[in-house]
Amino acid sequence: MATDHESEPTTNDAQLITTDVQATGTGRNGEPTEPVVTARDLDVHYGAEQALNDVDIDIPEHRVTAIIGPSGCGKSTFLRCVNRMNDQIDSCRIDGELSFHGKNVYDEDVDPVALRRKIGMVFQKPNPFPKSIYDNVAYGLRVQGMAGDVDLDAAVERALRGAALWDEVNDQLDSSGLDLSGGQQQRLCIARAIAPDPEVILMDEPTSALDPVAASKIEDLIDDLADEYTVIIVTHNMQQAARISDKTAVFLTGGNLVEFDETPTIFENPADDRVEDYITGKFG
Amino acid sequence: MSTETNPGPGITGGGGAEEDMAANRRARRLLFGCAAITVVTTLAIFFVLLDNAASYFFGARFTEMLLGASAERSVTFTEFFTGARWAPDHATPAHGVLPIVFGTLAITVGAAFVSIPIGTATAIYLSEYASDGVRAKLKPTLEILAGIPTIVYGYFAIAFINPVVLSPIAETLFGINIGRYSMLSGMLVVGIMTIPMVSSISEDAMSAVPDDLRNGAYALGATKFDVSTKIVLPASISGVFASYILAVSRAIGETMAVTLAAGFNANITPNPFDEIMTMTAYMVSMARGTTAVGTVEYQSLFAVGLLLFVMTLAMNLCNDWFKRRFQEEYR
Repeated sequence: MATDHESEPTTNDAQLITTDVQATGTGRNGEPTEPVVTARDLDVHYGAEQALNDVDIDIPEHRVTAIIGPSGCGKSTFLRCVNRMNDQIDSCRIDGELSFHGKNVYDEDVDPVALRRKIGMVFQKPNPFPKSIYDNVAYGLRVQGMAGDVDLDAAVERALRGAALWDEVNDQLDSSGLDLSGGQQQRLCIARAIAPDPEVILMDEPTSALDPVAASKIEDLIDDLADEYTVIIVTHNMQQAARISDKTAVFLTGGNLVEFDETPTIFENPADDRVEDYITGKFG
Repeated sequence: MSTETNPGPGITGGGGAEEDMAANRRARRLLFGCAAITVVTTLAIFFVLLDNAASYFFGARFTEMLLGASAERSVTFTEFFTGARWAPDHATPAHGVLPIVFGTLAITVGAAFVSIPIGTATAIYLSEYASDGVRAKLKPTLEILAGIPTIVYGYFAIAFINPVVLSPIAETLFGINIGRYSMLSGMLVVGIMTIPMVSSISEDAMSAVPDDLRNGAYALGATKFDVSTKIVLPASISGVFASYILAVSRAIGETMAVTLAAGFNANITPNPFDEIMTMTAYMVSMARGTTAVGTVEYQSLFAVGLLLFVMTLAMNLCNDWFKRRFQEEYR
């Protein structure tokens, strides 16, 4: 199915560029990888307003893919399409295809609850539940009915270690998640997302509500996460995208994916003039 | 040295400034006066209840005692709080308050079993499941239910719940012939009456839970039911519990509906189809005008009223404590 789209007529220059580079992906070790998340002709409308326009993309496994672009370009909308969080919005209409391992997640037989168990998400504002640190991390395992099958204590510890939070909180697992600092709360939310061992982690501007030190800890963490997970991160911070991502997708106004390529290429030698203007600050 | 020539820093005011400050003080006193009315009224009610209740127990009001009236035992506290028969107006009077306290508590507990589950479920439906269109119609409808005069609920019980719903059930299933009144009818009608109180206040508390928490849970693969019961309900528990307490307080003090539904026969009974009497029903029946001022049955009204006042006050204090204890903070 990865070749379906190439036979379809396209009228948009930007799409031609993206389809050229997305057909092959290479992992961090240089070996080719299968795309995990793919979009074909993805259109999203909120009521009459178009949020995404004909997006085609292949997001590779076990790498960090950054999505950048100016406000209102549809980057968060794209992210929320992947785990169907847009289902919560009544006015949202989705056309085209968005596939996870080749299965269109908008097919009628897909259960969004099951999908979200494979695809974790971290939000812009840290949103720990008003529960203990332990219960926050265990929440996903519990609602997914895995609490009985796994050693919950071990799973919680593993997730907290994975989120680089274990050393700071291991003596206060029973205290409320709300008692932590903003940066710790966000790492708790990351621990909560990785505890059920998803394949993909979506991050929607995860550091924008944090101070620079807390943000840099999260950035280091994202780099480690890519060893085990596929990370898709939306950021409004271009330096951050350049620092932490392997591939970068640039969305520009009107919900168009203008260019998608290896991060150094995007930042040093973008093919599209509009991307160059955006990166250098002339636009957006 | 002359102080008159000192111009000062220019903040002591001149011209109209003094009048402005005086107007400000007048407005403040007026508003305080309005607020004070409720406090004074509450204190006055409590004082009147206490003073008149004293004559029931001691033969003279506290105010009369201050003027020199001698206190003589009328009804003992032991008889009042432990006696199992309540008939102050009977030829052979009995002053055990337990039967009517039982009546009130039975109605309250029975009503809570109706209003709390149905009200909470309704609140969860309205807050988490209902579409905007459904909510826009259902919520005002519930609030109309809360606005129906309680006497109308009483007629609903006496004309429908008891004869049409309960009577056939009692007769066919248990072979019991029920009269015009029954305890179960009172429980049901007070329960139905207090559903809107539980659902409306609980729904407000649930709607105040930030969407961030819901999204966090949905993103972890939680179902709507998980989010409702494991995130929204615990996060709004202080508001939800406050609605329960309000509903229970309302049930304790409820008068007209329960009088018409449950009846006037003070007795402690396990049979839900029996006629019983609540504290409020007793007060209504005694206060109808045939009771002479100064008689023991007249005085008993105040003793029962005071006890009722203390019970609802206790519920309110319980509510305050719970609110402080379980208030969650969101950032």
